[in-house]
Amino acid sequence: MDFISILSIFVLACFVGYYVVWSVTPALHTPLMSVTNAISSVIVVGALIASAAAGASGAKWFGLVAVALASVNIFGGFAVTARMLAMYKKKERPAPKAEGQ
Amino acid sequence: MEPTVAVNPWVALAYLASGVLFILALRGLSSPATSRTGNRLGMLGMLIAVVTTLVTHIPWMGPVGSIPTGCVPGTGECLKPCAIGSAGCSTIYDLNNNLLSVGIPILAAIAIGGTIGFVTARKIQMTAMPQLVAAFHSLVGMAAVLVAIAAFLNPGAFAILGADGNILTVSRIEMSLGAAIGAITFSGSVIAFAKLNGNMSGAPIILPARHVINLGTLAAIIVLVGMFAASAHAGPGENNLFWIVVALAFAIGFLLIIPIGGADMPVVVSMLNSYSGWAAAAMGFTLHNTAMIITGALVGSSGAILSYIMCRAMNRSFISVIAGGFGATSAAVGEAREQRPYKRGSAEDAAFLLKQAENVIIIPGYGMAVAQAQFVLRDMADNLKAHGVNVKYAIHPVAGRMPGHMNVLLAEANVPYDEVYELEDINHEFAQCDVAFIIGANDVVNPAAKTDKSSPIYGMPVFDVGKAKTIMFLKRSMSGVGYSGVDNEVFYLDQTMMLLADAKKMVEEINKSLAD
Repeated sequence: MDFISILSIFVLACFVGYYVVWSVTPALHTPLMSVTNAISSVIVVGALIASAAAGASGAKWFGLVAVALASVNIFGGFAVTARMLAMYKKKERPAPKAEGQ
Repeated sequence: MEPTVAVNPWVALAYLASGVLFILALRGLSSPATSRTGNRLGMLGMLIAVVTTLVTHIPWMGPVGSIPTGCVPGTGECLKPCAIGSAGCSTIYDLNNNLLSVGIPILAAIAIGGTIGFVTARKIQMTAMPQLVAAFHSLVGMAAVLVAIAAFLNPGAFAILGADGNILTVSRIEMSLGAAIGAITFSGSVIAFAKLNGNMSGAPIILPARHVINLGTLAAIIVLVGMFAASAHAGPGENNLFWIVVALAFAIGFLLIIPIGGADMPVVVSMLNSYSGWAAAAMGFTLHNTAMIITGALVGSSGAILSYIMCRAMNRSFISVIAGGFGATSAAVGEAREQRPYKRGSAEDAAFLLKQAENVIIIPGYGMAVAQAQFVLRDMADNLKAHGVNVKYAIHPVAGRMPGHMNVLLAEANVPYDEVYELEDINHEFAQCDVAFIIGANDVVNPAAKTDKSSPIYGMPVFDVGKAKTIMFLKRSMSGVGYSGVDNEVFYLDQTMMLLADAKKMVEEINKSLAD
């Protein structure tokens, strides 16, 4: 891919990000932050390439440490987001006797 | 042969799919009902990205031997010695015998990191969420730096070598910027973590001439990135400019965050969220990876928008937050207050009035979370609902320690999210409200934000609690002031009843009186 194609994807993705993030309800801004944290760990792709590559063993070690750090974030970020989202519940209204008082 | 950048269209499509799934993950957060599905789509996107990378970059197959080209199997011809790669020899490929030595360390790294992350995520207290997010940001930043270093040391693996055997100029700019932004994210997040976690005082640390130092360092980083891109040789050992850029970036991240006070940390955490995204995007440019570029752009925009929302909620400009120093003088302002008459109420008084009310709006602040009163508060709301009272919660954007933090704390106490309203959605309802119940909040109800131009919180949007028939202000004592350190007119209004006690104890007593 040439630089201009990559730049095009990037610029369009910034616009997508802008509109998608404004549509996020303020009540979910903390989970938004933790899930963006988890997905920004997609940097693990670069870390895996470095760890799997032949040659330069120094690069391999840097890659492996990066894989471990990014994994903390991937597992931690998605897990903590899931934990928070599980707490958001709607009003339960199955108790009509409470209303009647 | 070094592995090259994915030319296989299926691989490019897989990364694209993972980028699209990340967009859908954020889209899901537009409502709590769809958010859980969104989170799962995010996990799926990550799984696709990781598996695609492993499948395409692990050297699954390797040369294990060779036979003379065109020999007939089973004949002696094929047993003739024949060196791998020599003329007239065909190489035989099979599962690489180095597979385990490549795969096991990678799986071990994922297992170690994954376990630490998962256990932390399970154990963390919801009040500590800002620290956790800051810590996670620092890890993304560090990972970006390490990937950039690996690309610098082994450019062949990342397919960024030019025909002359040097790293491509554009790649040099991308990787050094990625490393610099990653390093700023790392050291900045470490300071933000220390301030939020209480390892370091929240007070701003002001260095003399800090603006000159900071701007000078940033300028130096930009110049050095340019010199690195323009230099004739860019290999490790031949060119130390890359390392200097990384070192300066670590320093500037540290210098940028130490002068920022604790009250501004929600903005800082959002800003560092944004930086971690830009770092990922820069590395995506280096690797020509669609998933990383899309994600980086999403995360970058997300953090930037959250910073903007937090700044707007505090009526502070982004520049003044970054310049730092806010909160340094608050203690001095708090001292010089005169004693003014106010009405003090008991739990019984409060319970009596609350029971009579038709509409009650609860305004929780971080003080409530510190006192761990959200659970008994929910009980109180349940009791009131049983008495036929209509209860709503009103949340200011800066009510917690990070964007949306108070919503999470209330959700943890099983408060239904459709009873929780944002500032602009509920502010007009105070005129019809019988009791405004303020618990652990202060600045967000201070009318000085509207009337007193000299107040440090002037211009900040606040709740119009003065319009409520009765105001109950639950506070530990009269001496405590908000973050901003200013007095609050609401304490002395005719319709205000001060409930001075520990938030949890007071609400428990109100609950007891309500039950009688």
